[in-house]
Amino acid sequence: MKLPIYLDYNATTPVDPRVVEAMMPFFTESFGNAASRNHAFGWEVEQVVEDARESIGNVIGAGGKEIVFTSGATESNNLAILGVADFYQKKGKHIITSPIEHKAVIDPCLALEQRGYEITFLNVDKDGRIDLKQLEESIREDTILVSLMAANNEIGTLNPLKEIGEITRAKGVLFHTDATQGVGKIPIDVDEMKIDLLSMTAHKLYGPKGMGALYVRRKKPRVRLSPIMFGGGHERGMRSGTLNVTGIVGFAKALELSVAEMASEAERLTGLRQRLYERLSAGLDYIFLNGHPTERLPNNLNLSFGYVEGESLMMGVSDLAVSSGSACTSASLEPSYVLRALGVGDDLAHSSIRFGMGRFTTVEEIDYTAEKMIVAVKRLREMSPLYEMVKEGVDLSTVQWASH
Amino acid sequence: MAYSEKVIDHYSEPRNVGSLEKSDLNVGTGLVGAPECGDVMKLQIKVDPETKEIIDAKFKTFGCGSAIASSSLATEWVKGKSIDEAMSIQNTDIVEELSLPPVKIHCSVLAEDAIKAAISDYKSRNQD
Repeated sequence: MKLPIYLDYNATTPVDPRVVEAMMPFFTESFGNAASRNHAFGWEVEQVVEDARESIGNVIGAGGKEIVFTSGATESNNLAILGVADFYQKKGKHIITSPIEHKAVIDPCLALEQRGYEITFLNVDKDGRIDLKQLEESIREDTILVSLMAANNEIGTLNPLKEIGEITRAKGVLFHTDATQGVGKIPIDVDEMKIDLLSMTAHKLYGPKGMGALYVRRKKPRVRLSPIMFGGGHERGMRSGTLNVTGIVGFAKALELSVAEMASEAERLTGLRQRLYERLSAGLDYIFLNGHPTERLPNNLNLSFGYVEGESLMMGVSDLAVSSGSACTSASLEPSYVLRALGVGDDLAHSSIRFGMGRFTTVEEIDYTAEKMIVAVKRLREMSPLYEMVKEGVDLSTVQWASH
Repeated sequence: MAYSEKVIDHYSEPRNVGSLEKSDLNVGTGLVGAPECGDVMKLQIKVDPETKEIIDAKFKTFGCGSAIASSSLATEWVKGKSIDEAMSIQNTDIVEELSLPPVKIHCSVLAEDAIKAAISDYKSRNQD
Protein backbone atom coordinates (compact mmCIF):
# COMPACT_ATOMS: atom_id res chain seq x y z
CA MET A 1 0.00 0.00 0.00
CA LYS A 2 1.37 3.38 -1.04
CA LEU A 3 1.12 6.43 1.21
CA PRO A 4 -0.38 9.01 1.23
CA ILE A 5 -3.80 7.56 0.37
CA TYR A 6 -5.92 9.61 -2.01
CA LEU A 7 -9.51 9.90 -0.76
CA ASP A 8 -10.57 13.10 -2.45
CA TYR A 9 -12.10 11.72 -5.67
CA ASN A 10 -14.96 14.24 -5.40
CA ALA A 11 -12.35 16.97 -5.89
CA THR A 12 -10.58 15.40 -8.83
CA THR A 13 -9.34 12.06 -10.15
CA PRO A 14 -6.12 10.83 -11.71
CA VAL A 15 -6.26 10.41 -15.48
CA ASP A 16 -6.68 6.74 -16.33
CA PRO A 17 -3.60 5.45 -18.21
CA ARG A 18 -5.90 4.18 -20.99
CA VAL A 19 -7.16 7.75 -21.40
CA VAL A 20 -3.62 9.15 -21.58
CA GLU A 21 -2.79 6.59 -24.23
CA ALA A 22 -5.76 7.62 -26.35
CA MET A 23 -4.78 11.29 -26.07
CA MET A 24 -1.09 10.98 -26.92
CA PRO A 25 -1.17 11.00 -30.76
CA PHE A 26 -3.15 14.25 -30.76
CA PHE A 27 -0.38 16.23 -29.08
CA THR A 28 2.35 15.58 -31.61
CA GLU A 29 1.20 13.73 -34.74
CA SER A 30 -2.44 14.64 -35.32
CA PHE A 31 -2.11 18.14 -34.01
CA GLY A 32 -4.34 19.94 -36.51
CA ASN A 33 -6.94 22.58 -35.74
CA ALA A 34 -10.38 21.03 -36.09
CA ALA A 35 -11.57 24.27 -37.67
CA SER A 36 -9.01 24.11 -40.48
CA ARG A 37 -11.30 23.21 -43.37
CA ASN A 38 -8.72 23.28 -46.14
CA HIS A 39 -6.20 20.56 -45.41
CA ALA A 40 -5.80 17.02 -44.21
CA PHE A 41 -4.51 17.98 -40.76
CA GLY A 42 -7.79 19.74 -40.05
CA TRP A 43 -10.04 17.13 -41.66
CA GLU A 44 -8.48 14.33 -39.68
CA VAL A 45 -9.05 15.86 -36.27
CA GLU A 46 -12.45 17.24 -37.24
CA GLN A 47 -13.60 13.68 -37.76
CA VAL A 48 -12.06 12.59 -34.45
CA VAL A 49 -13.84 15.43 -32.67
CA GLU A 50 -17.19 14.60 -34.26
CA ASP A 51 -16.86 10.94 -33.28
CA ALA A 52 -16.01 11.95 -29.70
CA ARG A 53 -18.96 14.35 -29.66
CA GLU A 54 -21.29 11.57 -30.73
CA SER A 55 -19.95 9.12 -28.17
CA ILE A 56 -20.11 11.66 -25.32
CA GLY A 57 -23.69 12.55 -26.29
CA ASN A 58 -24.73 8.92 -26.41
CA VAL A 59 -23.63 8.37 -22.81
CA ILE A 60 -26.41 10.68 -21.60
CA GLY A 61 -28.91 9.71 -24.29
CA ALA A 62 -28.23 12.75 -26.47
CA GLY A 63 -26.98 13.35 -29.99
CA GLY A 64 -23.52 14.66 -30.84
CA LYS A 65 -24.93 17.91 -32.20
CA GLU A 66 -26.28 18.69 -28.74
CA ILE A 67 -22.83 18.74 -27.14
CA VAL A 68 -20.97 22.05 -26.75
CA PHE A 69 -17.37 21.66 -25.62
CA THR A 70 -16.15 23.95 -22.85
CA SER A 71 -13.21 24.30 -20.49
CA GLY A 72 -14.99 22.53 -17.64
CA ALA A 73 -18.16 22.42 -15.59
CA THR A 74 -17.72 25.95 -14.25
CA GLU A 75 -17.84 27.31 -17.77
CA SER A 76 -20.71 24.97 -18.70
CA ASN A 77 -22.75 26.19 -15.74
CA ASN A 78 -22.00 29.83 -16.53
CA LEU A 79 -22.90 29.34 -20.18
CA ALA A 80 -26.15 27.54 -19.34
CA ILE A 81 -27.34 30.06 -16.77
CA LEU A 82 -26.07 33.33 -18.24
CA GLY A 83 -26.79 32.15 -21.79
CA VAL A 84 -30.40 31.16 -21.09
CA ALA A 85 -30.99 34.23 -18.91
CA ASP A 86 -29.87 36.54 -21.68
CA PHE A 87 -31.66 34.79 -24.54
CA TYR A 88 -35.01 34.38 -22.77
CA GLN A 89 -35.07 37.71 -20.91
CA LYS A 90 -38.12 38.87 -22.85
CA LYS A 91 -40.01 35.83 -21.56
CA GLY A 92 -39.02 36.46 -17.99
CA LYS A 93 -36.27 37.06 -15.48
CA HIS A 94 -36.98 34.47 -12.80
CA ILE A 95 -34.66 31.51 -12.07
CA ILE A 96 -35.08 28.75 -9.50
CA THR A 97 -32.14 26.95 -7.89
CA SER A 98 -31.09 25.64 -4.48
CA PRO A 99 -28.74 26.91 -1.76
CA ILE A 100 -26.51 23.82 -1.93
CA GLU A 101 -25.59 24.10 -5.60
CA HIS A 102 -21.93 24.49 -6.48
CA LYS A 103 -20.67 28.08 -6.45
CA ALA A 104 -20.37 27.84 -10.24
CA VAL A 105 -24.19 27.82 -10.29
CA ILE A 106 -24.93 30.08 -7.31
CA ASP A 107 -22.52 32.86 -8.30
CA PRO A 108 -23.78 33.33 -11.88
CA CYS A 109 -27.30 33.45 -10.39
CA LEU A 110 -26.23 36.11 -7.90
CA ALA A 111 -24.56 38.04 -10.71
CA LEU A 112 -27.89 37.97 -12.57
CA GLU A 113 -29.67 39.19 -9.46
CA GLN A 114 -27.49 42.30 -9.64
CA ARG A 115 -28.72 42.79 -13.21
CA GLY A 116 -32.38 42.74 -12.26
CA TYR A 117 -33.18 39.03 -12.38
CA GLU A 118 -34.99 37.34 -9.52
CA ILE A 119 -33.61 34.13 -8.02
CA THR A 120 -35.57 31.70 -5.86
CA PHE A 121 -33.53 29.42 -3.65
CA LEU A 122 -35.58 26.35 -2.73
CA ASN A 123 -35.46 24.92 0.77
CA VAL A 124 -33.49 21.75 1.38
CA ASP A 125 -34.17 19.26 4.16
CA LYS A 126 -31.58 17.93 6.61
CA ASP A 127 -30.42 15.37 4.04
CA GLY A 128 -30.04 17.94 1.28
CA ARG A 129 -33.20 17.01 -0.66
CA ILE A 130 -35.47 19.62 -2.21
CA ASP A 131 -39.25 19.60 -1.82
CA LEU A 132 -40.84 18.87 -5.23
CA LYS A 133 -44.09 20.51 -4.19
CA GLN A 134 -42.26 23.71 -3.33
CA LEU A 135 -40.49 23.55 -6.69
CA GLU A 136 -43.80 23.25 -8.51
CA GLU A 137 -45.33 26.11 -6.55
CA SER A 138 -42.31 28.33 -7.14
CA ILE A 139 -42.61 28.21 -10.93
CA ARG A 140 -44.25 31.38 -12.25
CA GLU A 141 -45.22 32.92 -15.59
CA ASP A 142 -41.85 34.63 -15.82
CA THR A 143 -39.73 31.63 -14.72
CA ILE A 144 -37.24 30.75 -17.45
CA LEU A 145 -34.92 28.22 -15.82
CA VAL A 146 -34.67 25.68 -13.03
CA SER A 147 -31.08 24.71 -12.17
CA LEU A 148 -30.65 21.77 -9.79
CA MET A 149 -27.60 19.55 -9.53
CA ALA A 150 -27.55 15.79 -10.15
CA ALA A 151 -25.45 15.04 -7.09
CA ASN A 152 -23.98 17.30 -4.44
CA ASN A 153 -20.20 17.56 -4.42
CA GLU A 154 -19.85 17.87 -0.65
CA ILE A 155 -22.47 15.57 0.80
CA GLY A 156 -23.20 13.31 -2.19
CA THR A 157 -26.99 13.69 -1.99
CA LEU A 158 -28.80 12.93 -5.27
CA ASN A 159 -31.63 15.04 -6.66
CA PRO A 160 -34.70 13.26 -8.10
CA LEU A 161 -33.91 14.36 -11.67
CA LYS A 162 -36.79 12.50 -13.30
CA GLU A 163 -39.39 14.01 -10.97
CA ILE A 164 -37.90 17.48 -11.42
CA GLY A 165 -37.94 17.05 -15.21
CA GLU A 166 -41.61 16.02 -15.15
CA ILE A 167 -42.51 19.25 -13.36
CA THR A 168 -40.39 21.62 -15.45
CA ARG A 169 -41.49 20.08 -18.76
CA ALA A 170 -45.16 20.22 -17.79
CA LYS A 171 -44.75 23.88 -16.84
CA GLY A 172 -42.77 24.72 -19.96
CA VAL A 173 -39.66 25.83 -18.06
CA LEU A 174 -36.11 24.83 -19.01
CA PHE A 175 -34.29 22.40 -16.71
CA HIS A 176 -30.53 22.65 -16.29
CA THR A 177 -28.63 20.15 -14.19
CA ASP A 178 -25.03 20.43 -13.04
CA ALA A 179 -24.12 16.75 -13.41
CA THR A 180 -20.42 17.19 -12.64
CA GLN A 181 -20.51 14.58 -9.89
CA GLY A 182 -23.19 12.41 -11.48
CA VAL A 183 -22.12 11.61 -15.03
CA GLY A 184 -20.27 8.31 -15.18
CA LYS A 185 -21.32 7.40 -11.63
CA ILE A 186 -25.11 7.20 -11.79
CA PRO A 187 -27.37 6.51 -14.80
CA ILE A 188 -28.44 9.73 -16.53
CA ASP A 189 -30.67 9.96 -19.60
CA VAL A 190 -31.67 13.41 -20.80
CA ASP A 191 -34.83 12.19 -22.55
CA GLU A 192 -36.08 10.00 -19.76
CA MET A 193 -35.32 12.71 -17.20
CA LYS A 194 -36.51 15.57 -19.42
CA ILE A 195 -33.26 17.49 -18.94
CA ASP A 196 -32.72 20.46 -21.28
CA LEU A 197 -29.19 21.49 -20.33
CA LEU A 198 -26.55 19.43 -18.56
CA SER A 199 -23.06 20.38 -17.39
CA MET A 200 -20.24 17.88 -17.12
CA THR A 201 -16.48 17.74 -16.77
CA ALA A 202 -13.80 15.21 -17.63
CA HIS A 203 -11.54 15.42 -14.60
CA LYS A 204 -14.06 13.96 -12.15
CA LEU A 205 -14.17 10.76 -14.16
CA TYR A 206 -10.52 9.97 -14.84
CA GLY A 207 -10.18 12.36 -17.77
CA PRO A 208 -8.01 15.47 -18.14
CA LYS A 209 -8.57 18.78 -16.35
CA GLY A 210 -9.70 21.82 -18.32
CA MET A 211 -12.20 19.84 -20.38
CA GLY A 212 -15.96 20.01 -20.07
CA ALA A 213 -19.16 20.01 -22.04
CA LEU A 214 -22.64 21.45 -21.96
CA TYR A 215 -25.52 19.45 -23.35
CA VAL A 216 -28.01 21.78 -25.06
CA ARG A 217 -31.29 20.17 -26.18
CA ARG A 218 -32.05 20.65 -29.89
CA LYS A 219 -35.58 19.31 -30.09
CA LYS A 220 -38.75 19.50 -28.03
CA PRO A 221 -37.90 22.04 -26.92
CA ARG A 222 -35.08 23.61 -28.90
CA VAL A 223 -32.97 25.44 -26.35
CA ARG A 224 -31.33 28.71 -27.38
CA LEU A 225 -28.40 30.40 -25.69
CA SER A 226 -26.58 33.68 -25.96
CA PRO A 227 -22.83 33.05 -25.96
CA ILE A 228 -20.68 34.32 -23.12
CA MET A 229 -17.47 33.92 -25.12
CA PHE A 230 -17.14 35.63 -28.49
CA GLY A 231 -14.75 34.95 -31.32
CA GLY A 232 -14.47 32.51 -34.18
CA GLY A 233 -18.02 31.19 -33.85
CA HIS A 234 -17.04 27.63 -32.95
CA GLU A 235 -19.60 25.22 -31.50
CA ARG A 236 -22.39 26.70 -33.62
CA GLY A 237 -21.70 30.12 -32.21
CA MET A 238 -22.36 29.05 -28.65
CA ARG A 239 -18.73 28.83 -27.57
CA SER A 240 -15.92 30.36 -29.54
CA GLY A 241 -12.39 29.10 -29.13
CA THR A 242 -10.15 26.52 -30.82
CA LEU A 243 -11.27 23.05 -29.83
CA ASN A 244 -9.17 21.25 -27.23
CA VAL A 245 -8.72 18.12 -29.35
CA THR A 246 -6.57 16.16 -26.91
CA GLY A 247 -8.99 17.00 -24.12
CA ILE A 248 -12.00 16.00 -26.19
CA VAL A 249 -10.43 12.66 -27.11
CA GLY A 250 -9.53 12.04 -23.48
CA PHE A 251 -13.00 13.04 -22.29
CA ALA A 252 -14.69 10.61 -24.69
CA LYS A 253 -12.37 7.76 -23.72
CA ALA A 254 -12.79 8.49 -19.99
CA LEU A 255 -16.57 8.51 -20.30
CA GLU A 256 -16.57 5.30 -22.33
CA LEU A 257 -14.58 3.54 -19.59
CA SER A 258 -16.66 4.99 -16.75
CA VAL A 259 -19.93 3.93 -18.32
CA ALA A 260 -18.69 0.45 -19.20
CA GLU A 261 -17.68 -0.10 -15.58
CA MET A 262 -20.43 1.98 -13.96
CA ALA A 263 -22.70 -0.69 -12.49
CA SER A 264 -19.97 -2.87 -11.03
CA GLU A 265 -17.98 0.12 -9.86
CA ALA A 266 -21.01 1.67 -8.13
CA GLU A 267 -21.55 -1.58 -6.25
CA ARG A 268 -17.90 -1.85 -5.26
CA LEU A 269 -17.70 1.78 -4.12
CA THR A 270 -20.95 1.54 -2.15
CA GLY A 271 -19.41 -1.46 -0.39
CA LEU A 272 -16.26 0.49 0.46
CA ARG A 273 -18.32 3.45 1.65
CA GLN A 274 -20.39 1.25 3.95
CA ARG A 275 -17.31 -0.54 5.22
CA LEU A 276 -15.65 2.75 6.16
CA TYR A 277 -18.82 4.09 7.79
CA GLU A 278 -19.37 0.91 9.79
CA ARG A 279 -15.78 0.72 10.99
CA LEU A 280 -15.75 4.34 12.08
CA SER A 281 -19.15 3.99 13.79
CA ALA A 282 -17.94 0.93 15.66
CA GLY A 283 -14.78 2.66 16.85
CA LEU A 284 -16.11 6.11 17.78
CA ASP A 285 -19.07 7.77 19.48
CA TYR A 286 -20.62 11.08 18.39
CA ILE A 287 -20.21 10.68 14.65
CA PHE A 288 -22.88 12.06 12.34
CA LEU A 289 -23.58 11.33 8.68
CA ASN A 290 -24.02 14.38 6.47
CA GLY A 291 -26.26 13.93 3.43
CA HIS A 292 -28.84 11.30 2.61
CA PRO A 293 -28.26 7.80 4.02
CA THR A 294 -29.11 5.97 0.76
CA GLU A 295 -29.87 8.51 -1.98
CA ARG A 296 -26.25 9.52 -2.33
CA LEU A 297 -23.25 9.07 -4.61
CA PRO A 298 -21.71 5.62 -4.26
CA ASN A 299 -18.27 7.12 -3.65
CA ASN A 300 -19.04 9.87 -1.14
CA LEU A 301 -19.03 9.66 2.64
CA ASN A 302 -19.31 12.89 4.61
CA LEU A 303 -19.10 12.63 8.39
CA SER A 304 -18.91 15.04 11.29
CA PHE A 305 -16.73 13.91 14.19
CA GLY A 306 -18.25 15.68 17.17
CA TYR A 307 -16.05 17.83 19.43
CA VAL A 308 -13.06 17.63 17.08
CA GLU A 309 -12.19 20.39 14.61
CA GLY A 310 -11.76 19.33 10.99
CA GLU A 311 -8.48 20.98 10.13
CA SER A 312 -6.71 19.66 13.20
CA LEU A 313 -8.13 16.24 12.40
CA MET A 314 -6.70 16.39 8.88
CA MET A 315 -3.34 17.36 10.40
CA GLY A 316 -3.54 14.21 12.48
CA VAL A 317 -4.08 12.00 9.44
CA SER A 318 -1.49 13.57 7.19
CA ASP A 319 -1.09 10.41 5.13
CA LEU A 320 -4.77 10.60 4.13
CA ALA A 321 -5.89 13.08 1.47
CA VAL A 322 -9.42 14.06 2.51
CA SER A 323 -11.24 17.39 2.71
CA SER A 324 -13.16 19.23 5.39
CA GLY A 325 -16.05 21.68 5.68
CA SER A 326 -14.24 23.42 8.50
CA ALA A 327 -13.83 27.17 8.22
CA CYS A 328 -10.12 26.86 8.80
CA THR A 329 -9.73 25.04 5.51
CA SER A 330 -11.48 27.71 3.48
CA ALA A 331 -10.22 31.09 2.41
CA SER A 332 -13.39 32.76 3.69
CA LEU A 333 -13.05 31.40 7.25
CA GLU A 334 -16.73 30.40 7.02
CA PRO A 335 -17.74 26.79 7.53
CA SER A 336 -19.31 24.89 4.62
CA TYR A 337 -22.36 26.72 3.25
CA VAL A 338 -23.78 23.39 2.13
CA LEU A 339 -23.79 21.93 5.65
CA ARG A 340 -25.20 25.18 7.02
CA ALA A 341 -28.06 25.06 4.52
CA LEU A 342 -28.88 21.56 5.78
CA GLY A 343 -29.21 22.94 9.28
CA VAL A 344 -26.06 21.22 10.51
CA GLY A 345 -24.82 23.35 13.41
CA ASP A 346 -21.68 25.38 12.83
CA ASP A 347 -19.89 23.32 15.46
CA LEU A 348 -20.53 20.11 13.49
CA ALA A 349 -19.78 21.81 10.17
CA HIS A 350 -16.33 22.61 11.57
CA SER A 351 -15.98 18.91 12.42
CA SER A 352 -16.84 17.50 9.01
CA ILE A 353 -14.64 15.35 6.80
CA ARG A 354 -15.43 14.27 3.25
CA PHE A 355 -14.10 10.93 2.08
CA GLY A 356 -14.22 10.48 -1.70
CA MET A 357 -13.49 6.99 -2.95
CA GLY A 358 -12.69 6.02 -6.52
CA ARG A 359 -11.41 3.62 -9.13
CA PHE A 360 -8.08 3.00 -7.45
CA THR A 361 -9.30 2.79 -3.83
CA THR A 362 -8.76 -0.60 -2.20
CA VAL A 363 -10.25 -2.39 0.81
CA GLU A 364 -6.83 -2.30 2.42
CA GLU A 365 -6.75 1.49 2.08
CA ILE A 366 -10.22 1.80 3.61
CA ASP A 367 -9.25 -0.31 6.61
CA TYR A 368 -6.09 1.71 7.10
CA THR A 369 -8.11 4.91 6.84
CA ALA A 370 -10.62 3.78 9.45
CA GLU A 371 -7.84 2.79 11.84
CA LYS A 372 -5.95 6.08 11.42
CA MET A 373 -9.11 8.16 11.78
CA ILE A 374 -10.13 6.44 15.00
CA VAL A 375 -6.71 7.00 16.57
CA ALA A 376 -6.61 10.65 15.48
CA VAL A 377 -10.15 11.44 16.68
CA LYS A 378 -9.54 9.79 20.05
CA ARG A 379 -6.29 11.68 20.52
CA LEU A 380 -7.91 15.04 19.72
CA ARG A 381 -10.89 14.30 21.95
CA GLU A 382 -8.45 13.71 24.80
CA MET A 383 -7.51 17.36 24.40
CA SER A 384 -10.98 18.65 23.54
CA PRO A 385 -12.62 20.76 26.27
CA LEU A 386 -15.98 20.13 24.58
CA TYR A 387 -15.68 16.36 24.73
CA GLU A 388 -14.66 16.62 28.37
CA MET A 389 -17.68 18.79 29.17
CA VAL A 390 -20.09 16.47 27.36
CA LYS A 391 -18.66 13.50 29.20
CA GLU A 392 -19.19 15.40 32.47
CA GLY A 393 -22.83 15.80 31.49
CA VAL A 394 -22.71 19.47 30.49
CA ASP A 395 -25.26 20.49 27.86
CA LEU A 396 -23.11 22.61 25.54
CA SER A 397 -26.10 24.58 24.30
CA THR A 398 -26.59 26.02 27.81
CA VAL A 399 -23.02 27.31 28.11
CA GLN A 400 -22.47 31.07 27.77
CA TRP A 401 -19.73 31.11 25.15
CA ALA A 402 -17.47 34.09 24.83
CA SER A 403 -17.86 34.43 21.06
CA HIS A 404 -15.17 36.18 19.11
CA MET B 1 -1.54 25.30 3.91
CA ALA B 2 1.92 24.55 5.17
CA TYR B 3 2.43 24.69 8.91
CA SER B 4 5.56 25.95 10.60
CA GLU B 5 7.78 23.38 12.28
CA LYS B 6 6.93 24.77 15.71
CA VAL B 7 3.18 24.45 15.09
CA ILE B 8 3.65 20.85 14.00
CA ASP B 9 5.83 20.18 17.03
CA HIS B 10 3.23 21.54 19.48
CA TYR B 11 0.41 19.78 17.61
CA SER B 12 2.21 16.43 17.60
CA GLU B 13 3.45 16.70 21.16
CA PRO B 14 1.28 19.21 22.94
CA ARG B 15 2.66 20.32 26.33
CA ASN B 16 0.48 20.28 29.42
CA VAL B 17 -2.71 18.74 28.07
CA GLY B 18 -5.19 18.02 30.82
CA SER B 19 -7.25 19.52 33.57
CA LEU B 20 -6.66 20.89 37.05
CA GLU B 21 -9.22 20.65 39.84
CA LYS B 22 -11.59 23.52 39.14
CA SER B 23 -12.77 23.81 42.72
CA ASP B 24 -9.23 24.25 44.11
CA LEU B 25 -8.96 27.85 45.32
CA ASN B 26 -5.46 28.09 43.90
CA VAL B 27 -6.66 27.21 40.42
CA GLY B 28 -7.94 29.71 37.87
CA THR B 29 -9.87 28.51 34.81
CA GLY B 30 -10.33 30.37 31.55
CA LEU B 31 -12.75 29.10 28.89
CA VAL B 32 -12.77 31.20 25.72
CA GLY B 33 -14.07 30.88 22.18
CA ALA B 34 -17.23 29.17 20.95
CA PRO B 35 -17.94 25.85 19.24
CA GLU B 36 -19.71 27.54 16.31
CA CYS B 37 -16.60 29.67 15.68
CA GLY B 38 -14.52 26.50 15.42
CA ASP B 39 -12.32 27.05 18.43
CA VAL B 40 -12.68 26.73 22.18
CA MET B 41 -9.76 26.91 24.61
CA LYS B 42 -9.73 25.94 28.24
CA LEU B 43 -6.61 27.10 30.03
CA GLN B 44 -6.01 26.56 33.74
CA ILE B 45 -3.32 27.88 36.04
CA LYS B 46 -2.34 26.82 39.53
CA VAL B 47 -0.89 29.57 41.70
CA ASP B 48 1.35 29.17 44.71
CA PRO B 49 -0.57 31.00 47.48
CA GLU B 50 2.65 32.22 49.12
CA THR B 51 4.78 33.37 46.20
CA LYS B 52 1.90 34.10 43.77
CA GLU B 53 3.88 32.26 41.15
CA ILE B 54 2.15 30.09 38.53
CA ILE B 55 3.39 26.62 39.38
CA ASP B 56 1.31 24.58 36.95
CA ALA B 57 -0.77 25.11 33.82
CA LYS B 58 -2.97 22.81 31.74
CA PHE B 59 -5.01 23.24 28.60
CA LYS B 60 -7.60 21.56 26.41
CA THR B 61 -8.41 22.99 22.99
CA PHE B 62 -11.01 22.34 20.30
CA GLY B 63 -9.65 23.99 17.20
CA CYS B 64 -7.22 23.88 14.34
CA GLY B 65 -3.56 22.93 14.64
CA SER B 66 -2.55 26.56 15.18
CA ALA B 67 -5.08 26.93 18.00
CA ILE B 68 -3.75 23.81 19.70
CA ALA B 69 -0.16 25.00 19.26
CA SER B 70 -0.99 28.51 20.58
CA SER B 71 -2.57 27.17 23.75
CA SER B 72 0.17 24.59 24.26
CA LEU B 73 2.77 27.35 23.98
CA ALA B 74 0.76 29.57 26.33
CA THR B 75 0.83 26.95 29.09
CA GLU B 76 4.56 26.55 28.62
CA TRP B 77 5.13 30.29 28.90
CA VAL B 78 2.97 31.02 31.95
CA LYS B 79 4.56 28.31 34.07
CA GLY B 80 7.10 29.77 36.48
CA LYS B 81 5.88 33.32 35.88
CA SER B 82 4.22 35.61 38.38
CA ILE B 83 0.64 36.59 37.68
CA ASP B 84 1.72 40.06 36.59
CA GLU B 85 4.33 38.65 34.24
CA ALA B 86 1.81 36.27 32.73
CA MET B 87 -0.62 39.16 32.20
CA SER B 88 1.94 40.84 29.99
CA ILE B 89 2.11 37.99 27.42
CA GLN B 90 0.91 39.38 24.11
CA ASN B 91 -0.67 37.54 21.23
CA THR B 92 2.00 38.99 18.95
CA ASP B 93 4.66 37.11 20.95
CA ILE B 94 2.80 33.87 20.14
CA VAL B 95 2.45 34.81 16.45
CA GLU B 96 6.17 35.43 16.26
CA GLU B 97 7.22 32.29 18.13
CA LEU B 98 4.98 29.99 16.04
CA SER B 99 5.33 31.91 12.73
CA LEU B 100 1.55 32.03 12.38
CA PRO B 101 0.21 33.29 9.04
CA PRO B 102 -2.28 36.21 9.05
CA VAL B 103 -5.36 33.93 8.84
CA LYS B 104 -4.28 32.23 12.07
CA ILE B 105 -3.68 35.35 14.15
CA HIS B 106 -7.07 34.89 15.84
CA CYS B 107 -5.69 31.67 17.38
CA SER B 108 -3.02 33.67 19.19
CA VAL B 109 -5.59 36.26 20.29
CA LEU B 110 -7.67 33.47 21.76
CA ALA B 111 -4.65 32.08 23.64
CA GLU B 112 -3.93 35.52 25.12
CA ASP B 113 -7.60 35.80 26.10
CA ALA B 114 -7.43 32.37 27.71
CA ILE B 115 -4.46 33.35 29.88
CA LYS B 116 -6.20 36.56 30.96
CA ALA B 117 -9.47 34.73 31.63
CA ALA B 118 -7.71 32.15 33.81
CA ILE B 119 -5.94 34.85 35.80
CA SER B 120 -9.10 36.88 36.23
CA ASP B 121 -10.93 33.76 37.43
CA TYR B 122 -8.17 33.09 39.93
CA LYS B 123 -8.23 36.68 41.16
CA SER B 124 -11.99 36.80 41.54
CA ARG B 125 -11.88 33.71 43.70
CA ASN B 126 -9.02 35.01 45.84
CA GLN B 127 -10.11 38.50 46.80
CA ASP B 128 -8.75 39.38 50.19
